[in-house]
Amino acid sequence: MKHTLSVLVENKPGVLARVAELFARRGFNIESLAVGTTEKPDISRMTIVVDVEEHSLEQVRKQLHKLINVIEIVDLDPETSVAREMVMAKIKADPENRSEVIEIVDIFRGNIVDVSKESITVEVTGNASKLRAFEDLVKPYGIKELVRTGKVALPRGK
Amino acid sequence: MKITGARALVKSLEDEGVEILFGIPGGVMLPVFDALADSKIRKVLTRHEQGAAHAADGYARVTGRVGVCMSTSGPGATNLVTGIANAYMDSVPMVAITGQVATNLIGTDAFQEADTTGITLPIAKHNYLIKDPADIPDVLQEAFYIARTGRPGPVVIDLPVDVSRGELDYRRREHPVLRGYKPTFKGHKKQIKIAARAVLESRSPVIYVGGGAITAGATPELKKLATGNKIFVTHTLMGKGAFPESHRLSLGMLGMHGTRCANYAICETDLIIAVGARFDDRITGKLSEFAPKATVIHIDIDPAEISKNVRAHIPIVGDAKQILKELDAAISEMGTEVRSPDRREWNALVEGWKEKYPLTYDRDSGLKPQYVVEKICEVTGGDAIICTEVGQNQMWAAQYYRMEKPRRFITSGGLGTMGFGFPASIGAQLGRPKDIVFDIAGDGSFMMTMQEMATAVLEGTPVKVAILNNGYLGMVRQWQQLFYNRTYSCTCLEREKESPDFVALAEAFGAKGIRVTDPDLVESALVEAIESDCPVLMDFRVDPEENVYPMVAPGAPLYDMIGDMLYPVEKIHPEKAEEPFL
Repeated sequence: MKHTLSVLVENKPGVLARVAELFARRGFNIESLAVGTTEKPDISRMTIVVDVEEHSLEQVRKQLHKLINVIEIVDLDPETSVAREMVMAKIKADPENRSEVIEIVDIFRGNIVDVSKESITVEVTGNASKLRAFEDLVKPYGIKELVRTGKVALPRGK
Repeated sequence: MKITGARALVKSLEDEGVEILFGIPGGVMLPVFDALADSKIRKVLTRHEQGAAHAADGYARVTGRVGVCMSTSGPGATNLVTGIANAYMDSVPMVAITGQVATNLIGTDAFQEADTTGITLPIAKHNYLIKDPADIPDVLQEAFYIARTGRPGPVVIDLPVDVSRGELDYRRREHPVLRGYKPTFKGHKKQIKIAARAVLESRSPVIYVGGGAITAGATPELKKLATGNKIFVTHTLMGKGAFPESHRLSLGMLGMHGTRCANYAICETDLIIAVGARFDDRITGKLSEFAPKATVIHIDIDPAEISKNVRAHIPIVGDAKQILKELDAAISEMGTEVRSPDRREWNALVEGWKEKYPLTYDRDSGLKPQYVVEKICEVTGGDAIICTEVGQNQMWAAQYYRMEKPRRFITSGGLGTMGFGFPASIGAQLGRPKDIVFDIAGDGSFMMTMQEMATAVLEGTPVKVAILNNGYLGMVRQWQQLFYNRTYSCTCLEREKESPDFVALAEAFGAKGIRVTDPDLVESALVEAIESDCPVLMDFRVDPEENVYPMVAPGAPLYDMIGDMLYPVEKIHPEKAEEPFL
C-alpha cells in the first residue's frame, strides 16, 4: 500500500543522503521523493511516497526517526491532506494539431511554457490520477520528453 | 581569546572527561596530535587503526564510558571502519575522530582523501564533517551526548586539516541542542501495568536478557525481578553477565549454541520478558517457529527494535533499569489482587531439562578447548574480564566461562569481527587496570590483529591471550564438516608448519610465550600467565576437529538441536532444512 510521509528535517548538508541511504539499506522502495525548504529556513520538508505493508511502514517511520537530523514524521492520510504533483511534458505538436493539444492542456488547467515548430512544452499540476488522465490523453500525439516533480503534500487546515 | 581548532578539539575532549584515547596520527592530524602532546589525556599509539577502534570499544564496554579513537584521513579512516561498524552493531558508545584533507581539496581525490562521512553513514549512529572551526565545541559536545545516550553507538567526526589549524573563540554550551534527538527514557506507565499483570498471570514465564540490560546498568533490578518472582533467566551472548550464571534460575545462553534447557524453555514458555535484546537471527532460529506459545513483553530503549523481527504484544520503550524497577513495583502492588497460576509444574520441567542436558564434551581424549576455558574460569574464580575473538573460541568462552557480573564479557556479538578481542583486551585492561584480563582467542582470529602485541607490551598492559589453537578457521571448518561434506576449503592454517611459532612470536614482541599440549599443564600455565606482569601469549594445542555443540542449524527451529550426546552428528540431515545455509 502506498503511504505519503511528510518528514521535517534539519536543513543541513548530507541529510538527503542519510534518508536515501536508509531506504536503500533497509530495503524500502521510494516511489517518489520531493524536498525543499519550508517557511523556516533551517528546516526542510521531504515528501516521501513509499509502497510498503503496514508492518514495514512502522519500521520505515521508526528507522527514519533514529536519524539525528529528522525532526518529525507524519503519515499523511489522503482524506485529511492535500497533495499535488507537477508534470512537465514536451508533446509533439505541429501547426495542424497544435490547437487540439492546447485544448486538452486548457481542460487540465495546464500552462504552456514553451513552443517550437514541432512541439509544445506544458506544465500540469494535480493529483496522481489527474496527471495520469492527462498523460493518457496526450500520448497519441507523441510525448517526446516528460518529467515529474514527485508528490508534495500538506495536512489540511483545521 | 582565540585558540586553534586543534586546541579546541583537545579542550572539548578534556571537558568531556576523556582520560584516554587510542589512535595513530598522520599528515592531516598533525595539528591535533601537536595540541594533544601537552594534554593530560593518555595517548595510546596502536599499530593499526582497527586496533585503536577495538581498544576504544573494549575500554568503553568495561567502563561504561565513551571510548575515543583517532586516525588520519583516507586509509587511516578506512582502517577504523570495521571498528566503528563493530561498535555500532553492539551499541557501544564511541567517538571516532578522523582527519580530513583541507576543505578546498575535498572532492578533488586529493592525496589520502576518502569520503569518511559517506563511508560511515550506514555504520555509525551519527557523523559530522566540520567545516568551520567555530563549530568544534558544539559538535564535540553533541557527539559525546549522542554516543552515550539512548541506545549508545559510535559517532564519527571528520575534521579537515584547515579547520583544525583555523581559529575560534572557545565557548561551550550548557546542553547540546539537538532538535531531532530525544531518546525515550521513561517507560509508559500503562504498558508497565499491563506487563505486570501478564507476569502475574503467566504459568511459564522466561526472562530473555540482552546487552541492553548491561548498558542500562539494570543488573540489580533484573536480579530482583527474577528472584522475587522466581522467573528463569536466559541471556544472549551480549547479555552474558547481566544475571549470575551460577544462580539456579539461570538457564545459560540461548540460540544457535545455547543450552538445551534455554532453547526448550523458549519453545514452551507462555511469556517472554525481553530486556534489552533484539531477537537476532542467531537467537530465534527459524523465525516462524520461535516461541509459538509466548506473549512477548519487549523492553528496549530503541523503538525501532520493537516488533522488528518478533512481534511484541506488550512493548515498553525506555530505560531498562527504570522500567524494571517500576515493573517490579507494579507486580508487588498488583500481587494481592491477581491470583498467579501454579508454576510448580513449569519449574520442575525446566529444572529437569537443566539437569538432564548440561553442556558436555569428551573429557577423556587429549587437550580440549572447552577444558581450557573451564580452567580459565576456575583459576580466575569467574571474576576475570574475558574478551573473545569470533568463532568457536567465542562460543566455547560463552558456554564454559561462568559470568557472575556485568561488563566482564567483551565480545563482538553483532558484527562478528575476528581480531576484535585482542585489541579490545588492551582497552579493557587500560580501563580496569586492577582486573585480570583474558583474550580467549583462536589462532585465525588472533592473527588478524596480532601487531597490537607491540602496543600491549609498550603500554604495559599484562593481558593474557589464550589461543585455542586448532590450526583451523574452526567455526567455518565446523560448518564445512556438517553442511559441505567435509570439504575443508581454505580453512586449514597448517599448524604443524609452525607459521607462526606463537611462543617465538610473543618473545619477538617482548612478551611471554607459553605452549601447552598436555591437559595436565593447563592450570600451571594459566597460573604462570596470571602471575606475569607482562602480556602473555598461551598457545594451547587443542583438538583440531573439536566442534561447538549443541547447535541449532541455521534456519532450523530452536528445539531442533544437534551434535551433542543426545543428537550426535551422524543424525544430521542438512537437506531437510527449509532455508538455505548461510
